[in-house]
Amino acid sequence: MSEHHHKETFVTKYIFSQDHKMISKQFLITGMIMGIIGVFMSMLFRLQLAWPEKSFTIIEAFLGPHQSDGIMSPDIYLALVTIHGTIMVFFVLTAGLSGTFSNLLIPLQIGARDMASGFLNMISYWLFFLSSVFMVISLFVEAGPASAGWTIYPPLSALPQAIPGSGAGMTLWLVSMAIFIASSLIGSLNYIVTVFNLRTKGMKMTRLPLTIWAFFITAIIGVVSFPVLLSAALLLIFDRSFGTSFYLSDIFIAGEVLHYQGGSPVLFEHLFWFLGHPEVYIILLPALGITSEVISTNARKPIFGYRAMVGSIMAIAFLSTIVWGHHMFISGMNPFLGSVFTFTTLLIAIPSAVKAFNYVTTLWKGNLQLNPAMLFSIGLVSTFVTGGLTGIVLGDSALDINIHDTYFVVAHFHLVMGVSALFGMFAGIYHWFPKMYGRMMNKSMGYWHFWLTIITAYGVFWPMHFMGLAGLPRRYYTNTAFPMFDDLADINVVITTFALIGGAAQLIFLANFFISIYRGEKATQNPWRSNTMEWTTPVEHIHGNWPGKIPEVHRWAYDYSKKVDPNDDNSDYLHGEDFVLQTTPLLEGEEPS
Amino acid sequence: MLALFYILIFVAVGVSIWQITRILNFRGSIANDKDNAAQGKNAIYFMVILYATMIYTLIAMNVIMLPEAASLEGEHDDNLFNITFWIIGIVQFIMQFLIFYFTFKYKGEKDKKAKFYADSHKLELIWTVTPALVLVVLIGYGLWQWNNVMDISAEEEPLVIEVYSQQFRWDARYAGADNTLGLGNVNFIKGINTMGVDMDDKNSQDDIQVTELYLPKGRKIHFKFRSQDVLHSAYMPHFRAQMNCVPGMVTEFGFTPKYTTEEMRQNPEVIAKTRGINKIRKEKGEDPYEFDYLLLCNKICGASHYNMQMKITVVEEDEFNEWIGKQATLAEVIKQ
Repeated sequence: MSEHHHKETFVTKYIFSQDHKMISKQFLITGMIMGIIGVFMSMLFRLQLAWPEKSFTIIEAFLGPHQSDGIMSPDIYLALVTIHGTIMVFFVLTAGLSGTFSNLLIPLQIGARDMASGFLNMISYWLFFLSSVFMVISLFVEAGPASAGWTIYPPLSALPQAIPGSGAGMTLWLVSMAIFIASSLIGSLNYIVTVFNLRTKGMKMTRLPLTIWAFFITAIIGVVSFPVLLSAALLLIFDRSFGTSFYLSDIFIAGEVLHYQGGSPVLFEHLFWFLGHPEVYIILLPALGITSEVISTNARKPIFGYRAMVGSIMAIAFLSTIVWGHHMFISGMNPFLGSVFTFTTLLIAIPSAVKAFNYVTTLWKGNLQLNPAMLFSIGLVSTFVTGGLTGIVLGDSALDINIHDTYFVVAHFHLVMGVSALFGMFAGIYHWFPKMYGRMMNKSMGYWHFWLTIITAYGVFWPMHFMGLAGLPRRYYTNTAFPMFDDLADINVVITTFALIGGAAQLIFLANFFISIYRGEKATQNPWRSNTMEWTTPVEHIHGNWPGKIPEVHRWAYDYSKKVDPNDDNSDYLHGEDFVLQTTPLLEGEEPS
Repeated sequence: MLALFYILIFVAVGVSIWQITRILNFRGSIANDKDNAAQGKNAIYFMVILYATMIYTLIAMNVIMLPEAASLEGEHDDNLFNITFWIIGIVQFIMQFLIFYFTFKYKGEKDKKAKFYADSHKLELIWTVTPALVLVVLIGYGLWQWNNVMDISAEEEPLVIEVYSQQFRWDARYAGADNTLGLGNVNFIKGINTMGVDMDDKNSQDDIQVTELYLPKGRKIHFKFRSQDVLHSAYMPHFRAQMNCVPGMVTEFGFTPKYTTEEMRQNPEVIAKTRGINKIRKEKGEDPYEFDYLLLCNKICGASHYNMQMKITVVEEDEFNEWIGKQATLAEVIKQ
C-alpha cells in the first residue's frame, strides 16, 4: 500500500506475503491440495460401495492398518466420509473458493490497492494453512481420524468408546476447525471493512459488480454464524476433555453408566446447524457471484435484473440464518418449530428461483462466447436448478420424515452446493487465471474437463435420488445387510464408474492449470473484453495494483453491447465496442443504465 | 510403501505429461466462432442425453422405489410427494431445456450483436409471484400433514410401544395391560434388565420386552423412543415414519398401520420389486427374499450402523392380541 519502495525477499514475496494477489494464490493452491485429498477419499469409499467384498490394492496401499486384504473396515469407511465432507465443505469450498476469489477480486474490482489490513489477511491464510496441517495430521493417528460424520453429532463424537475415531482423531478435528474458524473470521472481517471503506471514487454500492456483492454478503453471513460453531466446538471440547455435560446425559456404554447428566445432543444440533445451514450459502453465494460476472461477460449482455440479483442475495442471506431447523425435523425438537422452519425454508425457493430465471434471461438473445468459464457457469445454473428443486421436497417437514438422511439428501446437496459451487470455482479459475498468473489456460483441455465433469456429475448424483426414494440410508458401509436393497447394487456400480471417470477428469484440469502457469499463452490486459476494474491493471503484478492513480468509476459493471439506439438491437455500439469499462466516463447525453 | 509406489507412478505420469507439453503447442485459449459452434452443438447433445436419462430413470427406477405407504398417515405423504414431484419435475424439464437450448441458439458469432436487456419489472414480478403462489399451496398442505403426523395426543387409546436403541441393536417394550410404560433410566440397567426399566414402578410390572415388533392393523401406535448410548434414528420407510432416538430424552411419533405384512406381500409394487431382487439373488446363489417391514437405523452411530435393523410384522388385531397374550411380562421375566 505504501508508496515508498521496500525490498522484497523470497520470504516476504511468496511465503509471508501481505499482497492480496499472492494470498489468493496461496488459498487456491492449498485448497486444491486439500481438494485432491477429499476427492481421492470419495473414490476410495465409492469403490467400497460398488464392490463391497472385493479386494483392492489401492485400498491396501492407502488405508494401511484400517483394512484387511484390501477391504476397508467399517470404521475407516465412516472416517473417510467424515473427512471427505469436512475437507470439501470447509477447506475446498469455503477457504478455497471464498478465500481465493474474495482476496483476488475485492481489491481489484472495487479499486483498492490492497485489503484493509494486509497483515490480518496474511494471518488469515496462515491460520487456514495451520488448520489444514492439523486436519491432514489427524489422518495418521493410530485409531483413525474423526468418524462421526462431518456434522460430528455428540454423543458419538464425544465418546471414544462409541467409535475409535472419537479419540485423538476427533481432538485434532476440533482443534483444526477452531483454527479454521479463526482464519475465516479474520478473513471475513477484512473483506467487509475493505468493501465498506476502500472503494475508489465513483464506486457506489449500487455500482459494485455482483461478485463483490456476493463476497460481501457471504462475509457477513460468516461473521454472524461461524462464531456459533466455534462455541459449539468449544463446549464439545469441554464435554470430551473436562467432564462437563453440555451435550450428554444418561449414557450407558461399554458396560458402565457415565457420569454425564442433564445435557442434550439437540442443543449441539441447534448450534451446529446455526452455522451449518448458512455455511451452505457461504459456499454457494460466491459461486453464484462468479457466475453472474462470467455469464454477463461472455453473453456480452448486462446481467438481467441487477437489483433483483442483489436483493435475492440479501434475501437468501437473511433467510439462511433462520432455516437451520430443517436439518432437525426429526431430531425430537418441538413439532411446532418444525412448522416454522418448513415455512422459512420453502421461502428461500423464491429468491433462488429469481436468480435462476435471471441467469436464463441473461443468456436469451446473447452473443454467447462459449469459453470454458462460461460453460462451467452454464453448468452451474443447470445443477443449481436440478439440486435446488429437490430442496422443495426436503424442506417440507412432512416429506422430510421419509427421506431424511437417505441418499435423496446426498443427491440434493451434492448437486445444489457441491457440484454447483465447484463449477463456480472452476469458472472463476478459468476466467481469472490470466489475472492471477499472467497467462491463459488451454481451452481444448477446458472443454474436455467441463463435459466430462458435468456428465459424470449427473451420472453420479442423479441415480442417488432414486436410491433415496428406495429408502436407502446414507453412511451405510455396505447395503448388503438388507436384501431389500439388493436391487440397488447395480446402480452403485454405475455411480462408482461415473465417479472414477469424473475423478480422473479432474487430472485434465490439474494438468491444464499447472502447465498453463508456465507455458500458457501470454495474457493480454483484458482477454475477455470485460468491464470490471481488475482488467485495467497491468498484466504483471505490482504491489498496489495500479501504477499511477487509481482510476475513477463512472458507471455500473454491465454496460455490454450498449447501443446508440436502445430500441434497435442492430444499431451501432454506443462506445464503438460491445463492452464499456467501468472507468469510461459517460458520453454526453448518455443515460446511466 | 505401496502407497508411495502409487504416488511415484502418479508423479512419473505428471512429469511425462510435462515433458510432452514441451514439444506441443500449448496455444488456444479464447473461444472463437468455431469453438462457439462446436460447444453450442455439444450443449444440444448433452441436453438430449440428459433428457433421455431423466425420462429413462424416472420410468425404469419406479420398480426399485418404496411401495405405497403402509400407514394411514402416510397416504397424505405420498399425495404431497406426488404433487411436489410433478411441480418440480415440470420446472426441471422446462428450465434445463431453456438453459441448454439458449446456449446453442445464441452461441456467439463475430458479427452478431447481443440484445441490451437489463431489466423488466414485469418479468421479475411474474417469476417472484408465481413460485410464491405455488409454494403457498405446498406449504399449506405440508403443514397440515405435519400436524397430522406429529399429533399423537388426541387419539383415543393408542397402543403405546417404546423403541429402545443401543449400539447396534433395537429392542421394544409394549406397555402391557395398563397401556402405560414404566419409567426407565440407564441407571437401572443390570443383568437381563437391558432396557433399564425401573422395576419399582408399578406401571413396569406388566410391560413386555421383545426384539421384534408386532403391530395390529388399523390401530394407532404411539411410539416412544429412547437411546442408551449415542444418537440413533428409527426409520420405518414403509410407514413413512422416522424419529431420532436421543440419549437423555424421550421422543415420540405415531402412525396407524394400514396393511398387514401378508397384504403388503400381495401388493403389485411389492411383488414387482421382490421379483427383481430375487432374480439378482438367484444369480448369486442366495436364498430368496420375502418382503417384510423393517426398522432401520438412519443416524450414523458407529461401525455396525449399516446393519442395525429390526423386523416389523403387522397382523390383524385378534392375531396381535393372541400374540401379546403369550409374551411374558417384565415382572415374570426379571423375577425368575
